[in-house]
Amino acid sequence: MTLRVLVAKIGLDGHDRGIKIVARLLRDAGMEVIYTGLFQTPDTVASAAIDEDVDVIGLSMLSGAHMTLAPLVVEALRSRGASIPVVVGGIVPRQDIPLLKAAGISEVLGPGAPGTAVVDTIRAAANAS
Amino acid sequence: MATPREVWQKAFSESSVRPGAYETMSGIPLEPVYGPDDGEFPGVYPYTRGPYASMYRSKLWTMRMFAGFGTADDTNKRFKDIINSGGDGLSTAFDMPTLLGLDSDDTMSLGEVGRCGVAIDTVEDMDDLYRDIDLGKITTSMTINSPAAVLLSMFIAQAERNGTPRARLGGTLQNDILKEYQAQKEFVFPPRQGMRLVRDTIAFTAAEMPKWHSVSISGYHIREAGSTAAEELAFTLANGFAYVELAAQTGLSVDAFAPRLSFFFNAHIDFFEEIAKYRAARRIWARWLKERYGATSERSLQLRFHTQTAGVSLTAQQPEVNIVRTAIEALAGVLGGTQSLHTNSMDEAMALPTERAARIALRTQQVIANETNVTAVADPLGGSWYVEELTNEMERRAEEIFADIEAFGNGSMLDGCINGIEENWFQSRIADSAYDLERKFNSGERIIVGVSQFLEGNDEDEIDLLRITNEDEQKQRRRLEAVRLSRNSAAVAESLAVLETEAADPEINLMPALINASNAQATVGEMMKSMGTVFGRHIEVPTI
Repeated sequence: MTLRVLVAKIGLDGHDRGIKIVARLLRDAGMEVIYTGLFQTPDTVASAAIDEDVDVIGLSMLSGAHMTLAPLVVEALRSRGASIPVVVGGIVPRQDIPLLKAAGISEVLGPGAPGTAVVDTIRAAANAS
Repeated sequence: MATPREVWQKAFSESSVRPGAYETMSGIPLEPVYGPDDGEFPGVYPYTRGPYASMYRSKLWTMRMFAGFGTADDTNKRFKDIINSGGDGLSTAFDMPTLLGLDSDDTMSLGEVGRCGVAIDTVEDMDDLYRDIDLGKITTSMTINSPAAVLLSMFIAQAERNGTPRARLGGTLQNDILKEYQAQKEFVFPPRQGMRLVRDTIAFTAAEMPKWHSVSISGYHIREAGSTAAEELAFTLANGFAYVELAAQTGLSVDAFAPRLSFFFNAHIDFFEEIAKYRAARRIWARWLKERYGATSERSLQLRFHTQTAGVSLTAQQPEVNIVRTAIEALAGVLGGTQSLHTNSMDEAMALPTERAARIALRTQQVIANETNVTAVADPLGGSWYVEELTNEMERRAEEIFADIEAFGNGSMLDGCINGIEENWFQSRIADSAYDLERKFNSGERIIVGVSQFLEGNDEDEIDLLRITNEDEQKQRRRLEAVRLSRNSAAVAESLAVLETEAADPEINLMPALINASNAQATVGEMMKSMGTVFGRHIEVPTI
């Protein structure tokens, strides 16, 4: 079955080079990719993910707001009764990774993650759910 | 008729030169520039080899370090560290809410306050930001675009409140809105309304702030977003031509305006290509300004630029290696003849820099400036068959792109840039180039040390990182709350009403209304909302 992935930018971070590369990598790996554009909120991402019935959500975060905003996406999903796995990628210091996982984030891809790791991580997150 | 060498010699002899031996370490005397008498020379049209005849023999580049985080107080302390360490220019990084014209207590600002730069809400924050810094001595640059007119008005209000009239203020506003839609993506208003504010700042500063640079045309972000070097060059210069055409619409002559423009380029890791890019940029700008826009003043034709090393080339793995990358990139900027330089810190693939990391980055420039002797001879790579051919090729590729943009605009570069944005043309080209490069990294065709090869050491303990806490966000919100409570709210409301009314009339320059609102302690968010009521918002159609 083809995996459906929502890739999203939440908050005010306009850096969209990474998310577009990731979207193309996933698409070239045979997944269906939905990108909802810049300046989304945890609520709009959760709603879109449920409406689009995706298997995984990928959040691209480069502005340092990941500790505040990424857990809110997990909460927004839970409050809607959904349990879609959330993967965070971007500028995330290593010390923050266990904290994000404790807050319900499935996996974190740091700077320099190769394309194969991005694809494998998204697949693994989908299969684990 | 004088040979190019004679023209250069005359200009050089009229330049003041820093005292020094100007010889190699082993005592070989050095000429200020080398080359055949009838070749290109620095300070001589078309300025391929440098804007000035004497280049670094007269003045080294400005070591302008970009900084900003947390509250205005935090950043003011970092500014003073930079000045005490020998930095001679300031460059202010604003946080995401400020870049997007939102207040720190806006719901969209949650988690973003002070993270990527300093949080500025009112003139009171601006006051703290530059406290005890002599703005007459240190020039300051503000990296702000969508709300550039608002931040400029706050800067003026702050300076005048402290006794410095606007006419004496020297500095640079980035104010390059076109590249926001193309690459950096911190846009608020639709492109034509965004350009109206750029026009207002250009006209206002031309009339009232003779030392101010109203636009810093920035390729840096275009490159960081993934363009090639040739696209960075071409898109940036095309945007420059668009601002020249915009200024002409306000009735300013090209020679009254073009000398106030400056450029900002990336220094990426492909050493010779970057140097060729800077050389081509100067040649193209001089030719277009002279032949197409009819500029006659030398200052209009001389492209001057700031350089920043490539943030995107930094790795989170083995971060100390970033010092080496940055040094090589900085050297490209210097050999390419930059007028000012920011060197990134080794920890910036993970966070904003610590004070120590930022100091090492500044020291990197100081080593190049003071130890390597590369400053003795202008354009030392001029005449290299390789670099000259790359320079010509950069120029050819840029001209091809200009032809496309001109066609989008039916002969107008201004309309071509705006139409290209609205058609998503720039954005798609940048995304395509970014993906092409990524595939080369993924296939192993291009190597990144510590990422795709040479991984030993990746598991070592990490370096210390700067942590911005939620406490800073709380502190800034409390500060904003205090200003909101103590200010004269009737005066604020009145100033905002005037701003909104004037925004509806495109003939009116909005700067006076913005300065008035800044003085009344209106917030960045309030001023942006008042204009937004009239201007609307830009929504980018999301494409992959």
